[in-house]
Amino acid sequence: MKQHTSIFFWLLLAPFALWLILLVIIPHIDMLGIALREQTAPREYAFSFKNFIEFFTEPLYWRTFMRTAVMSILATALTLLIAFPVSYYIAKMLRGRSKSFLFLLCLIPFWVSELVRTYGWMILLRETGVISNALQWAGLVSGPVELLYNDAAIMVGLVYTSMLFMVVPLVTVLESLDDDIIEASYDLGGNMWTTMRQIVIPHAMPGIVSGCIIVFMMTLGNYLTPNLLGGKDSLWFTEQIYTQFITRFNWELGSAFGILLLLLSSLIVWLGLKLSRQTLTSTMT
Amino acid sequence: MKSLKFKKILLTLPLISATLFAGTSSYADELRLLTWGGYAPDDVIKLFKEETGIDVKVTKSNNEDMISKLRATGGSGFDLAQPSQDRVTGAQENHDIYKPMDLSKIEAGSFITSMLDATKANTTLKDNVYSVPHIWGTSGLVLNTKTAGMVKDYTDLCSKDLMGKVSYRLKRPTLIGFAFAMGLDPFAAYADKEKYTELMSKVEAKLVECKPVVKTYWTGGDALLNLLRSGEVTAAMAWDTGGWKLNKENKDITFVAPKSGALGWIDTFTIPRKGKNDEAAYKWINFVMKPEIAAKITAAAGNFTASKGADAFADDVLKAQFQSSFPQAALDNVKWYPPVPAGLEEIEGKVLDRVKAAK
Repeated sequence: MKQHTSIFFWLLLAPFALWLILLVIIPHIDMLGIALREQTAPREYAFSFKNFIEFFTEPLYWRTFMRTAVMSILATALTLLIAFPVSYYIAKMLRGRSKSFLFLLCLIPFWVSELVRTYGWMILLRETGVISNALQWAGLVSGPVELLYNDAAIMVGLVYTSMLFMVVPLVTVLESLDDDIIEASYDLGGNMWTTMRQIVIPHAMPGIVSGCIIVFMMTLGNYLTPNLLGGKDSLWFTEQIYTQFITRFNWELGSAFGILLLLLSSLIVWLGLKLSRQTLTSTMT
Repeated sequence: MKSLKFKKILLTLPLISATLFAGTSSYADELRLLTWGGYAPDDVIKLFKEETGIDVKVTKSNNEDMISKLRATGGSGFDLAQPSQDRVTGAQENHDIYKPMDLSKIEAGSFITSMLDATKANTTLKDNVYSVPHIWGTSGLVLNTKTAGMVKDYTDLCSKDLMGKVSYRLKRPTLIGFAFAMGLDPFAAYADKEKYTELMSKVEAKLVECKPVVKTYWTGGDALLNLLRSGEVTAAMAWDTGGWKLNKENKDITFVAPKSGALGWIDTFTIPRKGKNDEAAYKWINFVMKPEIAAKITAAAGNFTASKGADAFADDVLKAQFQSSFPQAALDNVKWYPPVPAGLEEIEGKVLDRVKAAK
C-alpha cells in the first residue's frame, strides 16, 4: 500500500517538477551563463561582467529600468483604485443575477486577445479615431486631436489590460467577509470611512496584495501595450530586452537585462509584502 | 496489481511519444522557406507543387528575425532563407548559420548577370559563395505630394512645417539615409570603426533634433500604410513598394527617390547550415527565377527580381510607377548596401537606443 502512494505521489509531482526544472530553472541558469560572458572575437566568448557594468554605466538603460518600475507601480495603484469600488459593488451590493451579469461584463473584454484589445484602444485614441471625431463633432475642439502615442495612453492600456486580475481576487476576498460584521461596525457607531478602514480593508488585505502582485508582474513584463500605444517615447524595459536579443543580436546584454528585471520584480514584490505586513502564503490562500 | 498497471503505463509512454515524433518527421517532400511577405505567393507554391511534388512551408520574417531564428538553432529548422545580401557575411562570420552555395546547381542563365556577380562578390567569405540574388528594391521617401511636396531629401523630414506628420523606422536604413542626406558617406567609413562611431554620433544629434517633428517611429509596414492612408502622416521614409501600393489608391501619394540617393537592397537565397532539403531548395530557386514565375512574384511583392527577361511579363502600372519614381539620374544615384562588417551593428544599436530615449 505504501509503495502505491509513493508512486502516485511522484506521478502527481512529475508534471510540476518537470515544468519547473525544464522551463524555469534550466533556462534561467543558461541565461545567467550567457549574461556573464562577452564576445571577444567572432564565435569566441570569455567570462566577464561587462554586460552588468554596461547597464550601470549607461544612463539610458538605467532610466528605462526605473521608468518601467515607476510606471508599473503607478499602473498597479490606479488599477487597485478603480477595481476596489467595482469589486465592492459586485461582492456586497448586488445579489443573484445582476451580480453574475456585472462580473461577466468585467470578463467579456478578456475573451479576445490582448492584441485586439490594444488595437481597440488605438482605434479610439488615434488622430482620425472615434474620440477625436466625437470631440470635433460636439464642437469642443476645432481640429483633430492626437491622444495616442504618449504615456497617458500607455497607462490607460495597462490599467485596462489588468483590471480583471485585480477584480477577481478582490471579489473573492470581499465575498468571504460576513455582512453581519459590517453591520456590527455601523451598530457600534462607525461611519462609512471607519468601517472601510478598520473592517473591510484589513479583511481584504490578502486579496489586495495578491491582486497587486499579479497586476504588477503583468505590467512590468508587458511588451505589447507600451509598444503599440506609446509611440516614439515608449521606453519599456521588456522592449529593451527584445531589442537586444532580436535586432542587435546581443544575447549577452539581453540576458543580463533579463536577470536584472527578475531581480527588480522580486525586490519590489518583497518590499510590497513587507510594507503591507503580508506573507506570500497568506496572499495565495 | 495496481502498481503493475502503472508500470505498464510508464513503459508504454516512451513508445507513444516515439511514434508521435516519428509521425512528424516522416513527412512528404517539404521545403521550409524563411522569407519576406509576398516573396512566395500561393499561386507560385501551387505551381511548384504541381511540377515537383514538393510542399513549401512559408515563414514570414525580416532581416534581424531571420538571423535571430537561425542563430538560436545553429542554422536548423529551415531549408532556405532570404536575408539581404549585405547581412550575409557578417552573420556567417559571427554565428556560422549558413552553408556555401553549390553554384553548379544554379541555372546562372536565368539571372541578370551583373546582379548575380555583384551578389556573389558581396556574399563571399573565405572563398565560399553563400548567396544568389532574388528580389531587389529601394527605400526612400513616401510622400503626399500635395501637402509634403517640398520634401526632397531625408533631412527635409525635420522641417517644422511637417510637425507631427512624419514617420520613419528606428533602424539602420534610417541612420544610413540621414548620413547620406547630411553629406556624409557611411559606406566609406565602414572599415574604420572609430570614424564610423564619429559619423554616427553626428547622425544621432540630427535625429534627436528632428524627434519633435516625428509622429511615431513605425515598426510594421501595414501600420505605416494606414498612417499615410488616413492622412495622419504625410511624409515618411519607407520602401518603394509601399509608395506604389498607396499610389494605386490615392494619386497624390507616391514614392520619391531622395536627392542624396535611394538606398538599394537585394534580398538573396541563402541556405541555412543545417537545412535538410538542399535539393528542394535549389529546385525552388531555379523554379522562381523563370521569367513568368518571377513576374508573378513581382506582382505579389511589388518589387522586381533578378530574373532575366521577367520585365516582359511585368504589370504595366508598376512599370510606369517605377519609371516616374526613378528617372535615369535617380536610378544611377541608388546607393547599394555593401556588406556590413561585424561589430558595426553594435555601434548603430546604441545610437538608435539613445535616439529612442531622447526627449
